[in-house]
Amino acid sequence: MTETNTNSRIGEELLSVNNIDLSFGGVKALTDISFNINKGEIRSIIGPNGAGKSSMLNVINGFYQPQVGHVRFKGKDYTPMRPALAAKSGIARTFQNIALFKGMSTLDNIMTGRYLKMHSSFIEQALYIGRAKREELEHREKVEEIIDFLEIEAIRKTPVGRLPYGLQKRVELARALAMEPELLLLDEPMAGMNLEEKEDMSRYIIDVNEQFGTTIALIEHDMGVVMDLSDRVVVLDYGRKLADGSPDEVSSNQDVIDAYLGVSH
Amino acid sequence: MEFLYSIFVTPFVEMWTAPEFLAEVVLGGLMSGIMYSLVALGFVLIFKASGVFNFAQGVMVLFAALNFVGLIDAGLPIVVALIATILIMVALAFAIERVVLRNLVNQEHIILFMATIGIAYFLEGLGEMIWGGDVRPLNIGLPDDVWFVGDILIQQSEVFAAAVAGSLVIALSLFFQYTRTGRALRAVADDHQAALSVGIPLNHIWIVVWAVAGLVALVAGIMWGSKFWVQFSLSTIALKALPVLILGGFTSIPGAIIGGLIIGAGEKVAEVFWGAAYGGAIEEWFAYVLALIFLFFRPQGLFGEKIIERV
Repeated sequence: MTETNTNSRIGEELLSVNNIDLSFGGVKALTDISFNINKGEIRSIIGPNGAGKSSMLNVINGFYQPQVGHVRFKGKDYTPMRPALAAKSGIARTFQNIALFKGMSTLDNIMTGRYLKMHSSFIEQALYIGRAKREELEHREKVEEIIDFLEIEAIRKTPVGRLPYGLQKRVELARALAMEPELLLLDEPMAGMNLEEKEDMSRYIIDVNEQFGTTIALIEHDMGVVMDLSDRVVVLDYGRKLADGSPDEVSSNQDVIDAYLGVSH
Repeated sequence: MEFLYSIFVTPFVEMWTAPEFLAEVVLGGLMSGIMYSLVALGFVLIFKASGVFNFAQGVMVLFAALNFVGLIDAGLPIVVALIATILIMVALAFAIERVVLRNLVNQEHIILFMATIGIAYFLEGLGEMIWGGDVRPLNIGLPDDVWFVGDILIQQSEVFAAAVAGSLVIALSLFFQYTRTGRALRAVADDHQAALSVGIPLNHIWIVVWAVAGLVALVAGIMWGSKFWVQFSLSTIALKALPVLILGGFTSIPGAIIGGLIIGAGEKVAEVFWGAAYGGAIEEWFAYVLALIFLFFRPQGLFGEKIIERV
């Protein structure tokens, strides 16, 4: 797990999950999973359907509480992690089945990402005075930067429920970026996209990583994309860790090949 | 034959021959419609933000009015009584979140609904325990003169009530549109998980929503109380907000307002012009029948989100 990184982009450990066991009733979703994510890297989690990839992300940002094991983020143990804590300490995410605020405009959706960065009191907001007004303008500026970055200027005011799928995915990424996270969890950001949209999304992911130095944990089915983008890959199958390493190591691993080609276990 | 005549001909002839009278009836109806709108608004706020159908909204109107009138009768100046009642309604929101909602989070909607029925009876009992069961007049010094516009008579107090309700709705819309908490409220209404993932605290939002619903209930209670006195039947009248919601759509604030106005005006017109043919008391059931007809043809309401069934 501690292969040396020659790449200067990548720093020391940012997050680790340790011996995670997660079950729902009698069904085991994850069994004894451990891996880490280093600062600045793009880390992919792959595996066949039902392998526990999304469950893993849900453990990291606290939607699920594992029965055993703990999450360590920025040198601090979280047992258990909670969604509120995750957001506060710098973890943002997107969802496999887009979870946007459908009735709200693109701009408002992205502005919700600034929630924790705004501090005006209830009274100030009710009267729209003091910090409330100032903050709205300040944070609007930051949001506009993100809108430019993801090239979604034209849909600023459109209710996101009306946008095509690919653009919704992009707005969701924008909302996560608005949180200025240290760790960005992306759950199948390219699912259901056509080739061109996939290429765009890949480019945005690389840009986010390089320009903002954001660490990224990525779940993705498209192997081409995973192998291109990732620094390291962890492979899950039936809730267990099958392999962990560079894209080359993983793709030549016999267990991984078996799991994907469906050789009997 | 005579019966058909009294339904299909006479009312229209009456409307035609005395248009000022019709206008007065409609205006009067619109005014009580505003009251329905205010109660419905409280329902919509809570339903949007937490998916809970708050059966206790009507009782909250009563409870707010009881506290307000009780404190005034106890000798407090109106302004002090108002502030104290606002604080009571906010405290109530905190208590409901802490005692009820937090413990039932992620339960089925029907369970939360049952819990609000419990809250309704608890509040009704608490109100009676503290303030007794008497009918109390509420006088907050509303103007009781009338204006004449042409031949049409208008109550000043009703215009005042309309102005208050109107400003309340505008203030709420601005708050929802342009502030961080307003945006968070809308976000929670749309998607709990996504809201959690950007760090919006659900508990905090629920308190805000219930507090705002409590304030809306207070305004409705004061308006209603000063018109019909503060009495326990307030909570049943408030249930008229249900047909209003079916008409307007459960998730739409403009829907609640317009639905209230339609029902208010509709039932008054029906009562005055058709009442004789049916032997009166149309006002009691008109709203519910209208809602039933709406359910057949437009179940999502006038402004509700379209119901799309995927197969």
